[in-house]
Amino acid sequence: MWEYTDKVKEHFLNPRNVGVIEDADGVGEVGSLSCGDALTLYIKVGDDGRITDAKFQTFGCASAIASSSALTEMIKGMTLEEAEKITNDDIAGYLGGLPKEKMHCSVMGREALEKAIAAYRGEAEKQIEGNIVCECFGVTDIQIERTVRENKLSTIEDVTDYIKAGGGCQKCHEQIQQIIDGVYGREAPAPKKEKKLTNIQKIKLIEETLDREIKPSLKQDGGDIELVDVDGNTVLVRLCGACATCQISQVTLKDYVEKKLRELVTPELVVEEA
Amino acid sequence: MDRVYVDNNATTRVAPEVLDEMLPYLKDLYANPSSMYSFAGEVAEKLKEARARVADLLGADTEEIVFTSCGSESDSTAIWAAVNANPDKHHIVTTRVEHPAVKNLCEHLARKGWRVTFVPVDGKGRLDTDYLYRSLTPDTAIVSVMWANNETGVIFPIEEIGNEVRERGIMFHTDAVQAVGKIPIDLRHAPVDMLSLSGHKLHAPKGVGVLYIRKGTKFSPFLIGGHQEHGRRGGTENVASIVALGKACELARQHMDAENTRVKKLRDRLEAGLLAAIPASAVNGDIDNRLPNTCNIGFESVEGEAILLLMDQHGICASSGSACTSGSLEPSHVLRAMGVPFTSAHGSVRFSLSIYNTEEEIDYIVEKLPPIIERLRNLSPFWKENQAAKAAAG
Repeated sequence: MWEYTDKVKEHFLNPRNVGVIEDADGVGEVGSLSCGDALTLYIKVGDDGRITDAKFQTFGCASAIASSSALTEMIKGMTLEEAEKITNDDIAGYLGGLPKEKMHCSVMGREALEKAIAAYRGEAEKQIEGNIVCECFGVTDIQIERTVRENKLSTIEDVTDYIKAGGGCQKCHEQIQQIIDGVYGREAPAPKKEKKLTNIQKIKLIEETLDREIKPSLKQDGGDIELVDVDGNTVLVRLCGACATCQISQVTLKDYVEKKLRELVTPELVVEEA
Repeated sequence: MDRVYVDNNATTRVAPEVLDEMLPYLKDLYANPSSMYSFAGEVAEKLKEARARVADLLGADTEEIVFTSCGSESDSTAIWAAVNANPDKHHIVTTRVEHPAVKNLCEHLARKGWRVTFVPVDGKGRLDTDYLYRSLTPDTAIVSVMWANNETGVIFPIEEIGNEVRERGIMFHTDAVQAVGKIPIDLRHAPVDMLSLSGHKLHAPKGVGVLYIRKGTKFSPFLIGGHQEHGRRGGTENVASIVALGKACELARQHMDAENTRVKKLRDRLEAGLLAAIPASAVNGDIDNRLPNTCNIGFESVEGEAILLLMDQHGICASSGSACTSGSLEPSHVLRAMGVPFTSAHGSVRFSLSIYNTEEEIDYIVEKLPPIIERLRNLSPFWKENQAAKAAAG
């Protein structure tokens, strides 16, 4: 069971401002049936540029309904400039917080508000900015980067909780990680400069890589690996421990050990069992 | 009404008779059954009785019963045992609608290099058995197919599948966690090598399960330790819970008729009542071949978590296949495998009854749920569209 605050429960059970404003000045629609939640926000704007009325319709879970209800309460009486500054954190804060996995509900509120204001101002529907990273939920790199920055997110899981990206087939996880790394300046290590290694350098580097990278992760599964010989570009190894009896040791050898050595030493290497 | 519990596929209440039977083993009869004094002998005797009761329910021999900690442990043990028994085979066959205990393990093995076939189901949740048979090769180490699905209650033709699979010399495991106690199972006739069950789905407490291993099946333990369970599962026996499970199995035999008559009637009453009162709702799953206690209904244009929380206001406990209830973002893999449209997959609710439910409770649900769905539909931006589209389609 989710741990919802009393305020979330209260707004879910007694949502404020449900409905449609037939002559709305701005309408913002976000989400879809397939995503599992969707919000349509209607705003009415007075001559003084203040939001005089707001209504919503939401398809979604308790926190989606509560976030929508909270949003309409928050923006009523605000100038558009004030309303524009509302972040998803403000919406969650108004409700006394949301479970981490439900933060995307508050993000949906902010997005609907942005769209409704843009519609009022007659701004053309914003083109989707950036390139789609998460195809399951249609999330772009720019949206991900912005959410990571604004909410100081540090993991893929966080990103999924906030804007759903990565929550479907997971194929985009690598790309999301790159965006996160980019935000915090943790650029991926530059590819090693191609330079010809001498024999002794090559052997040393193979040894180092085995010790530093490969052995520790094999040991996690109770296995180990020994370097037997290096003959030109052929690396002869012996698998020990659990690896010696493991049915998939050949997969480990080619898909993991060889890949790692090629990446960190030189791409011509071939790994074989001694 | 304080509470109406219709989530028995999630867990069940411990039967009062079961609790009475187990309590002495949490109080005075605490000896380790392996010890060498009569105090322990008394406990060992009771374990023996429990094993016999489980064997009776399944039509098995007592030596074929191994007690575990839960259904998931039984599933993991079975699949690993088959994989280890067939080191030169690298193919596993299972279905797209398995419980995570099997599904996630098979996905894990797929990442580790095994080839895994996930057999599809049709729109009613029925298994494509031809697809299954076509996928079998000499490289197949094990086929694992659930006896009945936890979300829809759809029953798979285990006898037929077992025959086909074993004829080819391939090991056959079934996760029967949802089936045991609800429908008759007789392993003298069902061609199954290994079968998993879980105590808390049939009115025993949580923390105890069984793996049935047919005599002669190649087996290696998952939990290596002491000599318990003839070396097939190390660890001191969870005596009180095993005793409880024995009693629960005895009760299940006695209640089998009631499950398939009275409980089924209540389920049908609930289903008919809800479908009649709520427009744009439909049953998920094959209504002709289902567990007698399970009913899964999709309500279009509403979201499951919201339904559950509003039902909770009335003390009604049920489950949903919606994304939001699980913390994942996609609706149940079972409903997706069946191709249930998103319009109703997110708004699906599973009701699973037990012999403890009453007609009064069923009528209470039929009274309380329609206004909840209507209320959420009035909140939903899709409801009017949905209705308009239907009207246009005539």
